[in-house]
Amino acid sequence: MLHIKDLHASVEDKDILKGVNLDVKPGEVHAIMGPNGSGKSTLASVISGKEEFEITKGEISFEGEDISELDPEERAHKGVFLSFQYPIEIPGVSVTNFIKTAINENRKAKGQEDMPASEMLKLIKEKADMLEIDRKFLSRSLNEGFSGGEKKRNEIFQMAMLEPKLAILDETDSGLDIDALKIVANGVNKLKNKDNAVILITHYQRLLDYIVPDFVHVLMDGKIVKSGPKELAYELEEKGYDWIKEEVKA
Amino acid sequence: MSLKDKLLSSYIAIEDHLEDDSPLHELRNKAIKSFEIKGFPTKKEESWKYTSLNSLLKKDYSIFPKQKDVIEFKDVRRYFLHDIDTYKIVFIDGVYSSFLSETTHDQLDVCLLSSALSKPKYKPVIEAYFNKVAKEDSLTSLNTAFAKEGAYINIPKHKEVEKPIEIINFSTGNEAAVMLQPRNLIVVGENAHVQIIERHQSLSENAVLTNSVTEIFCEKRAFVDYYKIQNDNASASIIDNTYVSQECESNCNVHTFSFGGNLTRNNLNFYQYGEHCDSTLKGITILENKQHVDHNTLVHHIAPNCESHQDYKGIFGDASTGVFNGRVLVEKDAQKTDAFQQNNNILIDDKATINAKPQLEIFADDVKCSHGCTIGQFDEDALFYLRSRGIAKKEAQALMMYAFANTVIESVKIPELKARINKLIANKIGVSLGFDV
Repeated sequence: MLHIKDLHASVEDKDILKGVNLDVKPGEVHAIMGPNGSGKSTLASVISGKEEFEITKGEISFEGEDISELDPEERAHKGVFLSFQYPIEIPGVSVTNFIKTAINENRKAKGQEDMPASEMLKLIKEKADMLEIDRKFLSRSLNEGFSGGEKKRNEIFQMAMLEPKLAILDETDSGLDIDALKIVANGVNKLKNKDNAVILITHYQRLLDYIVPDFVHVLMDGKIVKSGPKELAYELEEKGYDWIKEEVKA
Repeated sequence: MSLKDKLLSSYIAIEDHLEDDSPLHELRNKAIKSFEIKGFPTKKEESWKYTSLNSLLKKDYSIFPKQKDVIEFKDVRRYFLHDIDTYKIVFIDGVYSSFLSETTHDQLDVCLLSSALSKPKYKPVIEAYFNKVAKEDSLTSLNTAFAKEGAYINIPKHKEVEKPIEIINFSTGNEAAVMLQPRNLIVVGENAHVQIIERHQSLSENAVLTNSVTEIFCEKRAFVDYYKIQNDNASASIIDNTYVSQECESNCNVHTFSFGGNLTRNNLNFYQYGEHCDSTLKGITILENKQHVDHNTLVHHIAPNCESHQDYKGIFGDASTGVFNGRVLVEKDAQKTDAFQQNNNILIDDKATINAKPQLEIFADDVKCSHGCTIGQFDEDALFYLRSRGIAKKEAQALMMYAFANTVIESVKIPELKARINKLIANKIGVSLGFDV
């Protein structure tokens, strides 16, 4: 589904990704872990098409098609979704209006008619209930004054509405207490099926107790330096990253 | 002949034909003298530093335009709030159109200034209010000298006017260039409520220069909602001089939506004479090409315990220019004043300019005054966030503009007008979103 080969990316002439290789197949869950500043969020942004990053080398293909030149919205239309580490506040646009616009823009891109209002409403209710989101919350301005946990839950709500093929969750666990984490993880697990895939970017193994990865990758200094099964996450939690550094040097 | 000379000689020509009584005639004589001495404002004046009238004054305007055949309602229907019932006072090239208007004298007066100025029964009101809050700056004086026609609205006390009043000034382009000087007098009695919409609309590409003066008197506990829609053709310019006088516990809101026109200058002045007044001045300005809009506001806090709220949002594209000059003057006696002013601007293109100048002059010692002014570009992170959800760049920008302007739109109290404003904004930015903010 997602094929990244020797990806190099920079921002303002500073190299951040220095040769990332990653293959994600339908039905898989990949966790990307690594110390601060290793390039995890950059990788997420580059896959989603943030313009401030320049791809200097390598390729990103999605379902066999090179997407590295596509606009962020075009990637979204193909089924790429990024749950932001820091969701942006948009005062004056309600959660409901925002998601309606997003859904219909995606449908428009596919040559479909707008979703009928009643169907939209039903879908919104269903997904909000799944994530135990209070209805009142839906009429509030997008992310404005939301707590950290509310923002993250709102991201997963958008994911549930848009049903992407590939969801990249950038530190979705940070700022969540254990109850909220369970609700969010439960939501992601319900959305998971054999045709879609998830990339989890996280510092901690905690999230991986609830969303179990098929693969764990360690990103360090712009490269994936080690990959392994889910047990690798426990090892990292226990021993930190220094031993990997040593291993890489050796 | 310069426009100033032309105006001065035109005044001499009409003076003998004015059907005024002597105090009004004297007032006009005084006003034209004041204009003669001061002339048109120039950039040397501090409050005109960023707005030059030079290019406008070069045109050869017809001061008393010839009349054209009546215009058909179907051709101008879209400029009215046609989906609801309203009172209408309509002028075509400065002359009242009874055909397009819907006035009343039943319990309230929604009619013409010309008849109010000439008929004895209106004399007490004219003597009490006409030119009583308007100041003697040169453009207001010029209007006073020539003032013949405009809206006259008098709402008696305790009257809640059940439908909005529309004041619309059409210009037909009958002549190559026309100068119009409408004059509105609005008196809102004690505890009376009224909603008024004012619009100036050119129906051709010929040049129009409007120098309008509106006086609004809010008596004790009066409630006035006033909306100015400035979405005129690129060849039309307006200098809008509005003066609001407020007695105690009155509430006056003026919203100004500036989307069109060539040069627009809004001199919006509030005077709080009574205690516990509330004044709201809000505006959305969305410009493109070489359009120019200058908001020059004054809130004069004279009495204690009053509030004022200013919220102006500007979005400037292409080589458009904006000016916000917001002056808040708090007199020594105006203790416990709560004055708030906010002005936020987004520059979409490199060539667009905004000059923002908040001025707070506070002579009282127990007041709450705050102001905030921002000038920025679109937040790239926010744009990426919206686009990553599949919303195309243009729509994402539009969504952000709506969000940006929302604090002003949401306080429009007439739903049909709010929908209209939303539509105008959508047209202006070239998108349609499937919802109203």
